[in-house]
Amino acid sequence: MKIKNILITFVSAIALLFSTSVVSFAKVVGDKIILGAAISLTGKYSSNGVHTQNGYNMAVDRINSMGGVKVGGKTYKFDIIYYDDESNPKRAAQLAERLISQDKVEFMLGPYSSGLTKAIAPVTEKYGVPMVEANGASRSLFTKGYKYLFAVLAPANLYLDVAIRTAVELNGGKGVRIAQAFEQDAFSQDVRLGILDAAKETGSEIIIDDKLPKELNDMAATLVKVKQMKPDVLVVSGHTKGALTAIRQISEMKVDVPMLAMTHCDAAKLSKQHGKNSQYALCASQWHKTLTYKDDFFKDGMTYAADFEKEFGYDPPYQSAESSAALLVFKDAFERANTFDQKKVRDALAETNMQTFYGNIKFAPGGQNVDKPMVLFQVMCDDAGKCENKVVAPLKWASAELIHPVPKWSER
Amino acid sequence: MDFLVFQYPMITIQACLDGLLLGILFALIAYGMALQWGVMNIINIAQGDLVILGGYIAYFMYLYGIHPAWGVIVSPIIMYFVGIAIYKLVINKVVDRDLFISILATFGISILFMQLMNFAFGADVVLANSGYGTTMLFDNNVVLPNSKIFSAFISIVFAICLVVYMKRSKLGRAIRATAQNARAAKILGVDTEKVYAATFGINAALCGVAGALISITFTIHPYMGLPYTIRSFMIVIVAGLGNLPGVAMSGMGLGIFEEFADYILGTEFRIGSVFLLLVLILVYRRFKLSRKREYLK
Repeated sequence: MKIKNILITFVSAIALLFSTSVVSFAKVVGDKIILGAAISLTGKYSSNGVHTQNGYNMAVDRINSMGGVKVGGKTYKFDIIYYDDESNPKRAAQLAERLISQDKVEFMLGPYSSGLTKAIAPVTEKYGVPMVEANGASRSLFTKGYKYLFAVLAPANLYLDVAIRTAVELNGGKGVRIAQAFEQDAFSQDVRLGILDAAKETGSEIIIDDKLPKELNDMAATLVKVKQMKPDVLVVSGHTKGALTAIRQISEMKVDVPMLAMTHCDAAKLSKQHGKNSQYALCASQWHKTLTYKDDFFKDGMTYAADFEKEFGYDPPYQSAESSAALLVFKDAFERANTFDQKKVRDALAETNMQTFYGNIKFAPGGQNVDKPMVLFQVMCDDAGKCENKVVAPLKWASAELIHPVPKWSER
Repeated sequence: MDFLVFQYPMITIQACLDGLLLGILFALIAYGMALQWGVMNIINIAQGDLVILGGYIAYFMYLYGIHPAWGVIVSPIIMYFVGIAIYKLVINKVVDRDLFISILATFGISILFMQLMNFAFGADVVLANSGYGTTMLFDNNVVLPNSKIFSAFISIVFAICLVVYMKRSKLGRAIRATAQNARAAKILGVDTEKVYAATFGINAALCGVAGALISITFTIHPYMGLPYTIRSFMIVIVAGLGNLPGVAMSGMGLGIFEEFADYILGTEFRIGSVFLLLVLILVYRRFKLSRKREYLK
């Protein structure tokens, strides 16, 4: 009998312990709002995954130290539960399930890359968990009618749209001949669709349309075609790998093309590997520190960049900036909703209309941010071989004039 | 389908030359695979990952200001010992077992290497710049990066050295004897354990050379190994074991095939076409073999 009693006490003690530990992970505990995020800390996206995490952490610290989030007359602080999704979409979807059904998280932040966001979105949608994501730009995310997905960044099809329009403008309004090579992933294929739209609208012609497999490290065949057919614009999108491979082979094969436009071509990375060979490349970007947007937490891009560098030791890429912006959006929505009811927070998110250091944020019914244009950099190097991103379009923020056409290799 | 490659003769020449230079490099990796397959009866799935690791050695030399071409010397030396270590830790436990076990074991090594490289070197794509410039032919219509010519040249030099070494040196003879008949070699006093270790080391060293050349010519990334394994597997299948001229020829053939597949079918089918070719060749070989068997019956 005694043993039975002890046993019952023991079991109930464990049950109690278990239930409190579950409660301690729930959405709002004491003065904490707990957000969940699956992030690629290992695997092929790990470098950008870390940029994303640093961006989130930076914003959490900043918002918490500047008074937190005020809901119903009480002040709350942000906290994030992270899991490593190993850059694997299946794993990301499992972790989203775990965050929602085991850890009882009621609000989510997005992972890195369109592919992983695509894997998570059906899960958050199923449970009605609002997710603000900052690193999934694929157009297909915004055409599925998701109600709980909000992206602070411009959709992928707009990435290089501005490059084509600029080329047409410089051609006296006449259509241009475009050569393009895109990796076969969700993001790059959306960038491609954007180019197709822009080409149609401007009467431009696509003369080379190559797709790159993801294991590829050789695009010589595409470039030989470019050399023979002499297009006006060459567009390449295949994450950092595509940009690095393109610059290496374009410079080695001395391919002359009046305009080279790419995605994922941060000047610091390109010039570290290629020095002056990367000069004149045009890069699409979500953000640049010299843009003049402002907010109360990070002030402006330059201040954000300086603070970020002080904390993490490197210049923030746009992936970090947009991730920080996601937290600002959540804070704003919580305060306007003035409750933690998921549906009301979702409605508040849908009505977001604010400016952050990263740009204006206003969501279309599909969830994409429609109030922030893409910017176009040109990589420009000085004689010592030090290269920098200079904003050349849109003209409002241009800090340098676009160099067009790109000088021939024989003249460099 | 796009037949641009036949419309401009210059593109045809370019594709042939690119394919040839690339194929020579593939042949070097395949030769290592043929060697250890012949001697130890092991199909090394981690072959491509050894190549990538070799590439990282050259990359780190480049990062510390040493010209990456020196990687061609340093990388095989380091990789030789890596190969010996892998042999002592894993391979010697599976070398007498059937092929399936060794494929599983090397597949495991491959996954481990990918993750370790990703962990140690990061997921970024990297490359080492040789600064070798470009050779222009036919009135600038055909361009060959000198780095590609350099890698083909070095591959040939290493292949010749290896052939001579296998013919002349004591270890080389022991390796060949073990390949012919391990038991007989053992009875005649050959330390087959040592021979196996050395063979695996030599294979890893060849991968090291190839990796250094790939980091100079193309780009490397922790997850890029598998296509190199498949290519060398395919080259060996076509050429057969212990047939070095065959390996060289089928390597170059594969290089040219890939380039033409790239132009005609599109870049997205480049690696896919290699897989398809592999299937076709396996089916063809089986067909031939079954006819032979019928005859024997």
